[in-house]
This record gives sequence, C-alpha cells and structure tokens, in this order.
Amino acid sequence: MSAVTEAIDLSLYAKPESAGTLGMDVAVEGISCGACIARIEGAVKSLPGVTEARVNYTNRRLHVAWSEALTEPSRIFQTLADNGYRGHPFVALRAEQEEAAEARRLTRCLAVAGFAAMNIMLLSVSVWSGNVTDITPETRDFFHWASALIALPAAAYAGRPFFSSAWAALRAGTLNMNVPISLGVILALAMSVVETANHAEHAYYDSAIMLLFFLLVGRTLDHAMRRRTRAVAGNLAALRAETAHRFAGDELVNVPAAALKAGDRVLVRPGERVPADGEVIGGNSEIDDSLITGETARRNVAAGAVVYAGSLNYSGALTMRVTAAGGSSLLDDIERLLEKAASAKSRTRRLADRASAIYAPVVHATAALTFVGWWLYGAPLHDAIITAIAVLIITCPCALALAIPAVQVVASGALFKRGVILNSGDAIERLAEADTVIFDKTGTLTLPEPRVVNAAGIGPALAQLAARLALSSRHPLAIALARETTSRAPFDGAVEEPGQGVRVMIDGVEARLGSAAFCSVLPHTPLIPAQAGIQNHESRADNVQLWTPAFAGVSGDNAVSYIHFTHAGQHATFAIAQRLRSDAIETVQALRDLGLDLHILSGDRESAVQPVAEALGIAQWQGGLKPADKIAVIETLKAQGCRVLMIGDGLNDAPSLAAAHVSLSPISAADVTQAQADAVFLGERLAPVYDAVAIARRARRLMLQNLWLAALYNLIAVPVAIAGLVTPLIAALAMSGSSMLVTVNALRAAQKSRIIGTGEPS
Amino acid sequence: MNVLIYLLPMALGLGLAGLFGFLWALKSGQYNDVEGAALRVLSDDDLPK
Repeated sequence: MSAVTEAIDLSLYAKPESAGTLGMDVAVEGISCGACIARIEGAVKSLPGVTEARVNYTNRRLHVAWSEALTEPSRIFQTLADNGYRGHPFVALRAEQEEAAEARRLTRCLAVAGFAAMNIMLLSVSVWSGNVTDITPETRDFFHWASALIALPAAAYAGRPFFSSAWAALRAGTLNMNVPISLGVILALAMSVVETANHAEHAYYDSAIMLLFFLLVGRTLDHAMRRRTRAVAGNLAALRAETAHRFAGDELVNVPAAALKAGDRVLVRPGERVPADGEVIGGNSEIDDSLITGETARRNVAAGAVVYAGSLNYSGALTMRVTAAGGSSLLDDIERLLEKAASAKSRTRRLADRASAIYAPVVHATAALTFVGWWLYGAPLHDAIITAIAVLIITCPCALALAIPAVQVVASGALFKRGVILNSGDAIERLAEADTVIFDKTGTLTLPEPRVVNAAGIGPALAQLAARLALSSRHPLAIALARETTSRAPFDGAVEEPGQGVRVMIDGVEARLGSAAFCSVLPHTPLIPAQAGIQNHESRADNVQLWTPAFAGVSGDNAVSYIHFTHAGQHATFAIAQRLRSDAIETVQALRDLGLDLHILSGDRESAVQPVAEALGIAQWQGGLKPADKIAVIETLKAQGCRVLMIGDGLNDAPSLAAAHVSLSPISAADVTQAQADAVFLGERLAPVYDAVAIARRARRLMLQNLWLAALYNLIAVPVAIAGLVTPLIAALAMSGSSMLVTVNALRAAQKSRIIGTGEPS
Repeated sequence: MNVLIYLLPMALGLGLAGLFGFLWALKSGQYNDVEGAALRVLSDDDLPK
C-alpha cells in the first residue's frame, strides 16, 4: 500500500566475521545460468562497504560480508531485487549442518579407502602374477607386510562409520548390515596378518579394503543426494519465511517472523499472511484460514479475535499482539493429536534391516558349520579356521549392502528431477507399499491460491489490461488476477483507493479495477459461466455477508469472489475462486490405474467438497472433518489392512500426515505440516504425486531384484568358499563383479515414467 | 629386487601426497560448489575491460 521503506532487522542472521565486518548467507531465487554468478557478485560487490560476495551455484546461495559501519544490509536485498533475483536471509538448520559434517567425514573415509585400495591392489596383482611365475617367498612377504602397513591404518580410519554402527547395534542387542561387514573386515585383516607372519601364499588385505571402498562409495553417493535435496528444501523454507511488521514504539520495523516474541505488537496489512499466532487488538478484516483448517469461507475478525500463523489477511489492516512466538506455534488440540499420532506410528522395518536380520545369522552359521565340518573331516585346525574365515569374507555383504542404497540414490535423484523432495530415507519403500490415497482438498487438489476461473469468457486484450493494472494492488483478489498476465511492469501512475480499487489513465482514458460500485457496474452482474472442472456451482444465500461489498461485489456465493474492471466503456467481471490443479483429473485417473483406492477428506464444507469429488470422479469423500475425524478415518482404514498415503497441506492435516503410513505435502503447505510429511512436492501440478508412487514402486521392485541378485551371488560363491577353493583373486573378482551388477541394475530406477498432462514444467 | 626398497616407499609417498592434496582441497572448501566452479571458468571477469 504505502511505499514507505522500512528498516529491516537482520540481527537474527548477520554474524560477525572478522573485525568490524558482518557476514550473512542469503538463499537466492532465480539463479538459472552461469552468467547469474557474475551479475549477482558484481552488483552486490559494487555496494559501498561490501567486502565479499560469493555465489554458491550448487546451493543457490550467496555469502556476503560487509563492514558494519558502511552499508545498510537491506540494500543487498534491494540490489538483488533490482537485478531480478529474490533473496532471503538464510540460516542452515541443524539437520543440514550435521548432514554436511557427516558427508565430509564420509568423503575423507572414502579418500583414504580409495588410496589404500589402489596401492594394495598394485601390490596384490604383483603377488598374484608372481605366484604363478617366479616370485621369491622373501619378496612376497615384503609385499604382504607393505600391504599390511597400508591396510591396517586405512581400515582403522575408513572403517569407523561401519564399526561404530555395528557396535551400537550389538550393544542394543540387534543385528544390522554393518555387523557382518565389520566382522568380515576385521577377520580378513587379522587372518592376513597371521598368514603373513607364517609366510603364507595368500593374504586378504585387498579384499578387506576393497569392500570398505565399495561400501563407502555407496554411502557417500547416498549422502550427497540427500544433501542436495536438503539444500533445496532449506532454500525453499528460507524463501517462504515471512517477515512481519513489528511496532517499535510508533515506528514499524520489518523483522523475520522467526524473530517475533510473545507480546510483540505486529501490523498485518491486507494481502499478507499472519506471521504468528496472536490476538487482534485493532482493526477489522476478513481472514482466510484455508491453510489452517481447509475451510475456504473467510471469517470476520475484529479486536479480541484469535488468529493463527499462516492465515491470509484479506481486506483491512490488523494490529495484533503475538501470543506464541515463531511461525510454528499450534492450536493445542492439533499439537496433542500430533504427538499421539507420531508416537503411535508403528516404525516400519526397512527392507535392508529385514534382509540383514535374515542374512547375518545364516552367514555366521554357515561359517561355523564350515569350520566344524572341516575339523571333523580331519583337516588341520589352521586350515579349518582359514576356510571358515574365507566363507565370511566371500559372503561379506558387499552387494547386499549396496543393493538398497544404490537404488535409493538413483530413485531419489529421479524424484528430485520431477519436483519431489524426500524428507525421510525410507519414504521410497513406504510410498511403494501404499494402496490407499487420501487427499485433502484445499491447497492439495486445488491450487493453494485462488485463481481467475472465467478467463475464457473475457476478451484476451481486456483481460491483459486488467491483469496488468492488478499488479498495482496488494488486495488478494487483485493478486490472483495479476497471475494471469505475463507482463511484470505495472502501469505508471496507478492510484489505489483503499478499500475500493485501483485506477489509472491508459491512453488518456481512465481504467478502474475494483468493487462494482467503484467501477460503476450494476450490483447484479450476470454470472459468467465458469469452465469445466471448477467448483463454483453452489449458490448459498446465507454466506452473502462474508465478502466485503466495498471492494469486490458478492453474488451470493462465498467460494467465488468477483472483481470488476472497466476501461473505455468496456466492462469485465472476473470470477476468482479455488481452482483445481491443472492436471488433477489426469493424475487422479492415473493413480486409479495404478490400482490405488482414492479418498477425499476435507475440513471444508461438504457443499464445497462435493463438486471437486464429482469432477475427479472420487466416490469416497467426506467434508467438514476435524483433525481428529481425519485420523479416525485413517485408523479405520489401517485396521482394515490398508497402507494409507495421505496428501495434505493444511495445519489441520499435520496429525493425519503423521498417522498415515506415508505422507506427501505440497511445498505451499504450512511449516508444521511439511515437517510431518515424508516428502514434499513442488510446483502447481499434481503429477509429482503420481511420479512419486510410480518411481517408488519401480525402486522397490529393483531393490528386491538386487537382493535376489546378491543372494544368487552367495549361492554360487559360498559352496566354492566352503570347498576351500577361494583365493584372494577369486574373492576380489566375485566381490567387485557382484557389486557392479547390483549398481548397474539400480540405474534402471531412473528410467522415464509416463508423463502426465501438458502443463508447464514445475 | 633391491630396487624395491626405495621404489615402494617412493610410490607410497607419491600416493600419500595425492591423498593429502585431496583432503586439503576438501577442507579448504574447494568441493563446496562444484557446479559453480565449472561455470565460473567461462566468465571473462579477469580480462581488462
């Protein structure tokens, strides 16, 4: 509304670096090519006082440092905006920092293991070729001791991720995949040292180190993929973060919503979201709670009313007092439900854990039987032990341990490309198991923001003019209309009449956009027929008062709002309502084709849910549900043995997301809800939901295939080992061969899936 | 075979030098922005204008 620039308080983000300088990380939206790097760095560096500006293209982040006295940090954001980028201060979440540290640790281990594997293999190949020609025992011993010198410290360093995890599992009285791995590595090295001391022909240093190297490659890739998705999610969170206008005395200061404290007084202008839970202390307005409850009808608020973080303020400026700090404060009952649902959620056992629970005892029993068998057969004790250890080495689950992570890396990469960001590691497996899908309506099946629904009935030239004029207004209806234009340049000299509309002179003729009265349109505008697939069929007289007649007239239907435009004798009335996602119908059909059972559970009125359910052909739908009702439906389905995939965005969906077997939410969802979801999807299309299920199913198929391949490998290799025929050369070939096989098979998880719809790429 | 006495340590030493070079590069943040490094090399910001 007013063009007054406010001071931005960045104390939460700026950190002192060297003497007198402050540093800050900024998540930047719009970095799309290499030229952006130079443009951003050049522009920001040219600001007085800025000492450093460096873009990280991989993370789409900018690091700036400036001397405290010389520059006003808000100018950095202004400079970014002037160059066409949107920036928001960014603080890495603890989870992301921990993951980055873990990734660095794994990379160091990988480097050490790689160095050791190369050098030992160099020595081993010499020994192998010498063994069939004329190597002297002295030279062989020398090579073996040199291998031991490299292998022992390298394994002690690079094996720590496995040893510590195996130790933790053993102490907890369970077995995981790291137990046989650690056991195999330690036994192989110990046996090799003993054999070397006895001047033996064979030593297994190369097997032990190569095993560590292969496994570390898998883990490092897994981590890199997870870090990449985490970085994107972190940026999106930073860009979504709201700022609030806090009163400091009589002045307004722009602060990040995260910096608000209970008791702060905050101004919420029309078109802005409420930054924190609180109580209204001044002003009258209407509030759109759809992100909180799914209810699309707006609610009148005045002094004394309680408002929740995430609600959209429609018509008037509100002054509120914050009652709970931060953006994530919750209604009490949602919090309670959430805790209950999260604790009741049965921890599904992951495929890898199940496989290792079967695998480890079988392998160890086989090794023990091999020892006992050879010993009873009359072999010397030394030979019996060596053979048993060879069984343990050859069965060391290299392929098995790679079978699942390799698929996970490829599948999460494929999902990432299609706009699905995984929050939890085992989401892929659980997504693949889902047989029932529950959709929320508002913001999930429909677009999160209202849109113009009758554009087809209005001349394109007139619509473009109106939409361009709408750029000059902050009113939510005007913002919805402005989405229809491709132009980003507002008209010069547009004047906003508060509570009525905007007007401007175009080619000497006045154009007006706003309420019916403001545009001199008769109050009874004929209803313009809407396009197919739009939910505005209802016409309920009892909700008439819910929309301000002052700005844009009401036609007896609160789900649809109207905004009027007049220019040079031409009139247009734009109907603005919740609209289905452009590919919702095709996606729902495709999901049905996958054999999924579909439901809609909405917090919105039944009359608003019905048309959506009918348009999509979903017979099982319910409206007007409270969070507890949604959970009850999920529990009933679970009791029938269904694996529920819940897709929702509202705060009211958060407990159901936690209660469901697996959950998805759109990126526009409330923060708390997103935190509960196993995966988040980007963009305006619904197709990522289908992609997620389809890719997850194929990934699970490949995981099982890989497990069988690994089992097949063991079936062939173990008898050879039991017979005592394994040499280090055979072990090296068998292990690397089987690892390659499962890795190559895993690459198939990225194959193209069916593309739905023709909407713009997200 | 006496040649091995000094060839082997030399080979190991060179390998270790490579390993520490990599660890140093990792530590000094050279792998923090691998995509950006590939693009930066194309910009001519070091040429006098």
